[in-house]
Amino acid sequence: MVTTLAMPEPVAPPAAPRPVSVAPAAPVNPAARAVIEIDDVDFCYGASKALHDITLNIQERQVTAFIGPSGCGKSTLLRCLNRMNDLIDGAKVTAGQIRIDGVNIYDPRVDVIELRKRVGMVFQKSNPFPKSIYDNITYGLRIQGQKNKARLDEVVERSLRGAALWDEVKDRLHESALGMSGGQQQRLCIARAIAVEPEIILMDEPCSALDPIATAKVEELIHGLKKQFTIVIVTHNMQQAARCSDRTAFFYLGKLIEYADTRTIFMNPANPQTEAYVSGRFG
Amino acid sequence: MKRFFDAELENFRSHLLQMGERAMDQTRLAMKALMDADIALADKVIAADDELDRLEVQIDDEAIRYMTLRGPVASELRLIVVGMKASHDLERVGDEATGIARRSRKLAIEPRLELYADLPRMSKIALEMLRDALDCFVQEDEQKALSVIRRDPEVDNLNRLLYRRLTSYMIEKPDTIARALELMFISKSIERIADHATNIAEEMVFLSKGLDIRHSDIGKQDVLPTIGSNPPV
Repeated sequence: MVTTLAMPEPVAPPAAPRPVSVAPAAPVNPAARAVIEIDDVDFCYGASKALHDITLNIQERQVTAFIGPSGCGKSTLLRCLNRMNDLIDGAKVTAGQIRIDGVNIYDPRVDVIELRKRVGMVFQKSNPFPKSIYDNITYGLRIQGQKNKARLDEVVERSLRGAALWDEVKDRLHESALGMSGGQQQRLCIARAIAVEPEIILMDEPCSALDPIATAKVEELIHGLKKQFTIVIVTHNMQQAARCSDRTAFFYLGKLIEYADTRTIFMNPANPQTEAYVSGRFG
Repeated sequence: MKRFFDAELENFRSHLLQMGERAMDQTRLAMKALMDADIALADKVIAADDELDRLEVQIDDEAIRYMTLRGPVASELRLIVVGMKASHDLERVGDEATGIARRSRKLAIEPRLELYADLPRMSKIALEMLRDALDCFVQEDEQKALSVIRRDPEVDNLNRLLYRRLTSYMIEKPDTIARALELMFISKSIERIADHATNIAEEMVFLSKGLDIRHSDIGKQDVLPTIGSNPPV
């Protein structure tokens, strides 16, 4: 489902071309559309600058991985993409623009709730509501006013199927979500995210609390979901980035060091810092 | 549990087998061009070598991609490593077949020497060895691989025998030297094809058992040692 953000007209991108500090690489699918454009973004937590002059485009229906050592800014950037950082006092984008479908999401006219409906998020630790599986999935739709039982049933089944969870839970939809395993809870959170039909799903370390089998299931899911959604994933697990993503961005000390198709990053990175990080020599 | 990248491994395996089939076809056709003095067929073999080169590059690319992105371990890792080595051997088989085709072109316009007889026998053994070695890739049958390795001396002996006969022939009939030399090179090419089949068979033992038997006498033993007892390098 494609909707436009709730503001009158797109803001034009900056006219003057600017030097790009990272080596551009051929995209995996050159025809893919850049759905998210991050342009010269600086971000500060109070007086502390966490992101410096970040520029990158995220392409539609691809998986883009953000990697880098702790504190490099990758989660900060991810949280900028649906303005989750608005919830932190003193945290703000101090320069540049982030555009989704050409619309500057930090424009005061943008409806943040609408934005977060379009840009869903899955967190490091699964956070199901203390409600039934069914109610977890339908929560977003109910607060939007959806009451039609048949419609809600349909969304529950579609979302759980989409999250490869339907067969495991179809007979206990009205049991508490807290009784599920950690891996199932995380997939439930993904099902809850896709229930409101976002276009973009942000995943912040979605597998860091999961065992290898549950991790593999989430990775399978990510691979399947990219047919329908644009996915941005932050991960500390470099093999996960290699396995799951089409493009990878490496961050260090708040700067984007290199952004290229994933194979290039892991086989022939242009920057020695990227090479050192992906080969486990620092970070 | 199936993974979304399992198909990549299956494609890799099937491309290697496809390359094996082509390398065998090339060898068979090169020998036919020689025996039938068929210049058009020789030209066809020479032209088709590019396809084997392309497959070698493709297989290497797939292997590097899989190693880079999928982090293979255990049998998957062995499959990828063995696949890369085997594809190199198969590409060299193709080069030897091309060499035979080139020489058969030259020989086709000359009066035939009577010393061709052993060449089809040699190439038949070399092709059987190659077939069996590639079968091991599917069956992971190390006993079959060992039987390939044990046949290599047969081809070596036939090559030596023909070398001696051709040497005597050249001394007796110096006007045949140019043609006899071509036959010597062809015999050597067939012997090299058997060597590549042997290499592939050794690689298949590594694939199936994780045991590196190259440059050792292990391949001559009836029972292979267990993994972890490789001889010190």
